[in-house]
Amino acid sequence: MEAGEVMVSLLILLPLGGSALLLAFGRRLGEPAAGVLGTLTVGAAFVLAAVAGGDFLAGGAHATHIPWFDWLAPLGVRAGLLWDPLSALMALVVTGVGALIHLYSIGYMKADPGFGRFFAYMNLFVASMLILVLADGFALLFVGWELVGLCSYLLISFWFEKPVAAAAGKKAFVVNRVGDAGFLVALMLVFAAFGSLSYEEVLGRAAGELSTGMATAITLLLLMGAAGKSAQFPLYVWLPDAMEGPTPVSALIHAATMVTAGVFMVARTGVLFDLAPVSAAVVAAVGIGTALYAASIAVAQYDIKRVLAYSTISQLGYMFAGVGAGAYVAGMFHLTTHAFFKALLFLGAGAVIHALAGEQDLRRMGGLWRRLPVTTVTMVVAWLAISGIPPLAGFWSKDEILATLFARGGAWRAVWAVGLLTALLTAFYMSRLIFLALFGERRWAEGAHPHEAPKVMTVALGALAVLALAGGVVNTPWRPGLEHFLEPAFEGLDLAHLPSGATQWVLAALSVAAAAAGILLAAGAYLRARRPAEEGPTWELLRRGYGVDEAYARVFAAGGQAVARFTDEAVDQKGVDGLVNGLGVLVRTVGERLRPLQTGFVRQYGLGIVLGAVALLAWFLSRGGF
Amino acid sequence: MDAPLRAAMDFPILSVIVLLPAVGGLMVLALPRRRGELVLPVALALSLITLGAACWLLASFETGVAGFQFEEQVIWYEPWGVSYHLGVDGISLLMVLLTAFLFPIALLASTSITTRVRGYFASMLFLEAGILGVFVALDLLVFFAFWEVMLVPMYFIIGIWGGERRIYAALKFFLFTALGSALMLAGILALALTAGDQLGRPTFDFVELLGVDLGRAAQFWLFGAFALSFGIKVPVFPLHTWLPDAHVEAPTAGSVILAGVLLKMGAYGLIRFNLTLFPEATVDLVPLLAVLAVIGIIYGAVVATVQKDIKRLVAYSSVSHLGFVVLGIFALTSQGLQGGVIQMVNHGLTTGALFLLVGMIYERRHTRQIADYGGLATVMPLFAGAFLFVSLASIGLPPLNGFVGEFLVLLGSYLSLPGYAVAASLGVVLAAVYLLWAYQRMFTGPITVEANRGLADLGFREVALLAPIVALVLFLGIFPKPALDRVEPAVQGILDRIEMTTDYQVPQFGIEADLPEAEARP
Repeated sequence: MEAGEVMVSLLILLPLGGSALLLAFGRRLGEPAAGVLGTLTVGAAFVLAAVAGGDFLAGGAHATHIPWFDWLAPLGVRAGLLWDPLSALMALVVTGVGALIHLYSIGYMKADPGFGRFFAYMNLFVASMLILVLADGFALLFVGWELVGLCSYLLISFWFEKPVAAAAGKKAFVVNRVGDAGFLVALMLVFAAFGSLSYEEVLGRAAGELSTGMATAITLLLLMGAAGKSAQFPLYVWLPDAMEGPTPVSALIHAATMVTAGVFMVARTGVLFDLAPVSAAVVAAVGIGTALYAASIAVAQYDIKRVLAYSTISQLGYMFAGVGAGAYVAGMFHLTTHAFFKALLFLGAGAVIHALAGEQDLRRMGGLWRRLPVTTVTMVVAWLAISGIPPLAGFWSKDEILATLFARGGAWRAVWAVGLLTALLTAFYMSRLIFLALFGERRWAEGAHPHEAPKVMTVALGALAVLALAGGVVNTPWRPGLEHFLEPAFEGLDLAHLPSGATQWVLAALSVAAAAAGILLAAGAYLRARRPAEEGPTWELLRRGYGVDEAYARVFAAGGQAVARFTDEAVDQKGVDGLVNGLGVLVRTVGERLRPLQTGFVRQYGLGIVLGAVALLAWFLSRGGF
Repeated sequence: MDAPLRAAMDFPILSVIVLLPAVGGLMVLALPRRRGELVLPVALALSLITLGAACWLLASFETGVAGFQFEEQVIWYEPWGVSYHLGVDGISLLMVLLTAFLFPIALLASTSITTRVRGYFASMLFLEAGILGVFVALDLLVFFAFWEVMLVPMYFIIGIWGGERRIYAALKFFLFTALGSALMLAGILALALTAGDQLGRPTFDFVELLGVDLGRAAQFWLFGAFALSFGIKVPVFPLHTWLPDAHVEAPTAGSVILAGVLLKMGAYGLIRFNLTLFPEATVDLVPLLAVLAVIGIIYGAVVATVQKDIKRLVAYSSVSHLGFVVLGIFALTSQGLQGGVIQMVNHGLTTGALFLLVGMIYERRHTRQIADYGGLATVMPLFAGAFLFVSLASIGLPPLNGFVGEFLVLLGSYLSLPGYAVAASLGVVLAAVYLLWAYQRMFTGPITVEANRGLADLGFREVALLAPIVALVLFLGIFPKPALDRVEPAVQGILDRIEMTTDYQVPQFGIEADLPEAEARP
């Protein structure tokens, strides 16, 4: 193995080793050593990713395959990694944001009895996510896919003594499994079509061999998996509940990285979506629909983390709309900037919750900016970034998606319009959160003493704030650095392009206007108000998320249980087993008639068996064989 | 070189493997009544020596070679074609290893047995001998003899050392199995006599029977007789209702062996005899078996979700998992069959471990009701971790062993039975529902029952019981190659024979499907 290959392999092995060590000795290491170890493995992985990815920046470097070992020989599957610009970008985001969140967690998880266990799971998550993004084929992708789901489960229900946390973890796992079943069927189709699961074979041969129908089937099934992992309609219901996990978990897994896996998968398998325009359109439609839908729900939430959860669902919808439209670079760009500002928003929310001793209700916050200066400044940066105010990071990436949608013309203009409306809503609900939490009048309890978070936490906030502020420079219309960087990964794809000249300026002006409108509307409603005036059936409907989750609970949870009970009691016990026991009674009745022959239960039956066999054989012989 | 001579020259390792536990059983019975403390060490030692011998078998097994190895044959009665004929291929090798691996664990898990200790351990060892014999026998009468020998100790283990309804459960187990046995015996005799029409004398020898050309009608009748017998054992829906009762009432070690190895005898029989001896009937009956397999997968999982007794839940999960095995077998593709065989091993390990874990908590609290637990992770973190780990393997989470089998079965059966494979993938979702829901109710939340507050976490012996299984679960998930490499030639041999004797073609796919085209090109 060359040095580069070793480095890329170490990306996974470092946090994996860290996780194993922490699982075994985490309790003994204690605080803060366990957290430091966990942070260091991820930090070291980031350095390695930066060094190994540097070659792509310089240009000229090409994708490397790193073979590991024969894994599933009957399917021709070898475990191996693929190091190309796309996986490098993902690895950088995962380890970079991951390291900062690990650092923050040293402060946030202070004095938690599960401190060591927390970092063990977090390290395992980073390793799993890296397996997902570095896989060189569908099989290993699926391994990472399932493992991040496991880590999500473990970390959502981290405080397992709380029944809601345990239930939320299980719900996340099960809903994800529904999507995974679709993913699995997609893999069946892929294997049947290509006899291989490696990207090189499948993506390389797809254009020449795959029919449109088969490509459509495969991609729609892949989308099912992606919708589960990335919390898109109709499989989004697990993500709001996932907020039961510790806040750094929400930041890392349920905002910055794991939930973007679906977007990454669509980008990775872009060749297949290219062959199936219907599927690509469905991806965009699901994405933009989810974006608007979730944004409208976010408007009415009181729990600060639930606002952010619905916001994440909505922003992921943007990314889906982008990659569905063939704007892969724009989608990946938004994935990256979103990782910065949404992680920051969650960590900032964590600092607020921390300061108010666990309070999560926006109605009992307000006026915290005096007490939490660092948190306030960094959250304001994130707020403006997600709202799409130039020149912050979110503006560039969101605008690129919207402009590309517009440029594709036709029905895509409608997708653009919904996206623009969502941008307004986004600015509105985010401003509502900021005004209610940090500005306006204080509404927190008398006895509370809000205090700024410790240094380890504010350092992480500061670093993410810089990224949310300036991260957009990697891909501006004048210097499309990310586009050049990713170009080799999307070679040969039918890419959507930005509109030219004046159109671009008009579109940018429109999206800034939408953001400004959203902020101004929210300022009018919340900046001065003592108490948010949000009464009426519409607010109620939005607050309950249109009642979808409750409907699922009735149909799938309660309905499913009723079906299962019926199968157990009526079919299995009374039906199948009843028939067996009935036969038993019949035999016993006959047996009692023949009581003189009976010398013992088992022996009687044993004899019966021999006699039965003899009788069968006699019949057989009398027929003269077959 | 004729067979007896060769057997005399080579070391008869298979006979030794089968005899060792039987000798152990006799030694245990011969121990003086007042030296009760020696029973477990002696039994454990003999089962460990058996495991050692099985490992030696593994080490000297030649990989990549089709056909049987370590054959031993001694003619008993020439005119009837009966001989003491043993041998292993890759499939039976894995079954022998699984059996030899699980028995020492099961024995060490039997410390709570306090009545008729000698009888219990002797029964367990005779059971091991019988099971091992089933997996290595290449003569149908010898096979049947071992099959019946195994039945008796299992009946006693459930009936004497079982729970409250043990008599009902033992009898049910016995009747189901015995019914199957009667059919199988009739089938075996009919098969031998039919072969006799062609060879001039009857034969019970498996290898010799491979050369006999059975008619279509004969194949159907015989397939039915064998498949019913094996289907009860697997169990295939709707022949499964003996299983939950037997599992619930059996002592822990009995459940471990029942789920771990006994069920595999049914699946093994289907592969060894039905697929190989009756290929035409097999090919024609694929739809029937595939339907029953998929029903088993979903039905077992659905019924498992609402069980209130954790042992019953695991029992129904077996019905679901064995459905995957049967689907893989009757997919009649290399991937599906290899997946089915690997899944047999995987299920033995994970379900065996689940029953061990249930036994451990039962010894502490004497209840199997899920509702009697809750919040156990707080007081027993190690136990909770082990339970979750094994559950995840059972759910089929990569890179644990359960995934490898399930994935191969699903992808392999899609090639020949696409609709069934898609339906079976629903089982993947349901497995997560029933196991994680059970975990949630037993281990998370606050402690609701006072009696659970003071429970001790796993002790050294218990960790030692679980550690080897956990290690294998990881190993077979990450690096299944050693196992697959040994199974592959055996599976290929079976499929080749089916292709040769019927007009069935293993479906072509991917690159291979393109080959004819490629050749046609100038």
